Amino acid sequence: MLQNRDIIETIDMIRREHLDIRTLTMGISLFDCVADDTATAAKRIYDKVTSCARELPACAAKLSSEYGIPVVNKRVAVTPVSLLGGGRLDYAMLACALDKAAKDIGIDFIGGYTALVHKGMTAYERKFIESIPEVLASTERLCASVNIGTTKAGINMDAVALVGRVIKRTSMLTAESNSIGCAKFVVFCNAVEDNPFMAGAFHGIGEADKVINVGVSGPGVVHSAIRDMKGATLTEIAEAIKKTAFKITRSGELVARRASELLGAEFGIVDLSLAPTAEIGDSVAHILEAMGIEQVGGCGTTAALALLNDAVKKGGLMASSSVGGLSGAFIPVSEDIGMIEAAANGSLTVNKLEAMTAVCSVGLDMIAVTGDTTAEVISALIADEAAIGMVNGKTTAVRIIPVEGKTEGYVEFGGLLGRAPIMKLSTLKPNEFIARGGRIPATVQSLKN
Amino acid sequence: MKAVLSVIGKDKRGIIARVSGKLYEMGVNIEDISQTIMQDYFTMIMLIDVPDDNDFPVLCEDFNKLGAEIGVSVTIQHEGIFNAMHRI
Repeated sequence: MLQNRDIIETIDMIRREHLDIRTLTMGISLFDCVADDTATAAKRIYDKVTSCARELPACAAKLSSEYGIPVVNKRVAVTPVSLLGGGRLDYAMLACALDKAAKDIGIDFIGGYTALVHKGMTAYERKFIESIPEVLASTERLCASVNIGTTKAGINMDAVALVGRVIKRTSMLTAESNSIGCAKFVVFCNAVEDNPFMAGAFHGIGEADKVINVGVSGPGVVHSAIRDMKGATLTEIAEAIKKTAFKITRSGELVARRASELLGAEFGIVDLSLAPTAEIGDSVAHILEAMGIEQVGGCGTTAALALLNDAVKKGGLMASSSVGGLSGAFIPVSEDIGMIEAAANGSLTVNKLEAMTAVCSVGLDMIAVTGDTTAEVISALIADEAAIGMVNGKTTAVRIIPVEGKTEGYVEFGGLLGRAPIMKLSTLKPNEFIARGGRIPATVQSLKN
Repeated sequence: MKAVLSVIGKDKRGIIARVSGKLYEMGVNIEDISQTIMQDYFTMIMLIDVPDDNDFPVLCEDFNKLGAEIGVSVTIQHEGIFNAMHRI
């Protein structure tokens, strides 16, 4: 028999602490859409996405009503588009078909305008990556990503140099809307194939034809669980976070299983990621501050985040055998009220954020920098972040927005993307390092010290 | 379908009468009921059995409206979410 206090706890989590299903994401394979000409491939892609995911918004609404838990985003992730057609197809037209499909079925985002070039790049993959700025500027809901390194392959520095220029061009082409195109583009090291979160979601080549992946969130719930634990040891804090993560994950698994039944898709994974929003009471930074750090960015932040990230994973793994994706704590600056405040008053720097990404999921995320930041500096920052991922065998990513025309103040992105203070980056020139190209070899995975 | 109906708000006369009256009108059976005052708030929890032919979103909406009329918050959720979160 259910206890009243358990029922009230769940209701409080949803109503007051912003527990939600952050995203219901359907992964769709596009390999069977390949054709000899672009028009046929585009039509097949449009038809497949719309037929597979047409019921996704209605399903989200039904589950939201049934279980009383908001399902915030409905998304689709597709096979990396660069893998389709071996260079015979016009990628921009395929992008239009995907964007149109997303609009027509009423989903929030569609991800998978993706290239996987961690070891090397074919001529058509280069062409594909070069098409990203124009594609992001001319579409609304399509998200792009590039994987430029893995622990096993090393880091493809030719690709790193290229994506730095892609980010700059995307910033320029979307200058009128605060360079928002860059918010739809993420560069990965060790990208995962079943991530339901944007902008980096794509449907991996090892996946089934149609899969449901769910991302649950709940920084507010974790914050609430530890807010009043004055004087508790960190062991006790870790235990409390673990128990909370367990409950959050279970709600996600329930929704994911039911959604897969209703949509006739395989149940993929539950991604338990503490994904903040810019609303008060939904901040990862505030969790770290509740542990006793005066403000996020101060000494102790990395240790507190390591504890949080690990406890979240342990709770999630106990709750579901299908935990996957990025699972951990996200630290997107513009999407977290505590991070925004700390970045604005100088407590939180890009250097500290970089250190934090070594112990959490995923990377340097939603960071706005001055519009005059060079492509080489961006590439070098991506290389730094990728090195952390490669050496530590974890996923790292960079989603950085050089805001064209801005040198200080704030930039508003709106909605879940929030608002970001313009942060300072080193202006020392890494140009020669980036211009060298080649590959940073995979690091040795023994003799760890 | 088994669901949990919860009423949270300031205590006043007639809450149980109006909620249970509405359930009766809609052909929903109450299987368990408990009521308490938690942190100065009236809290009532009912385990209800909603007939399969009932339109669940409409039922939820009707009780939202009733809650607004009474001045309390009324929610109805499938019991699965509570079982999932609180049972191993």
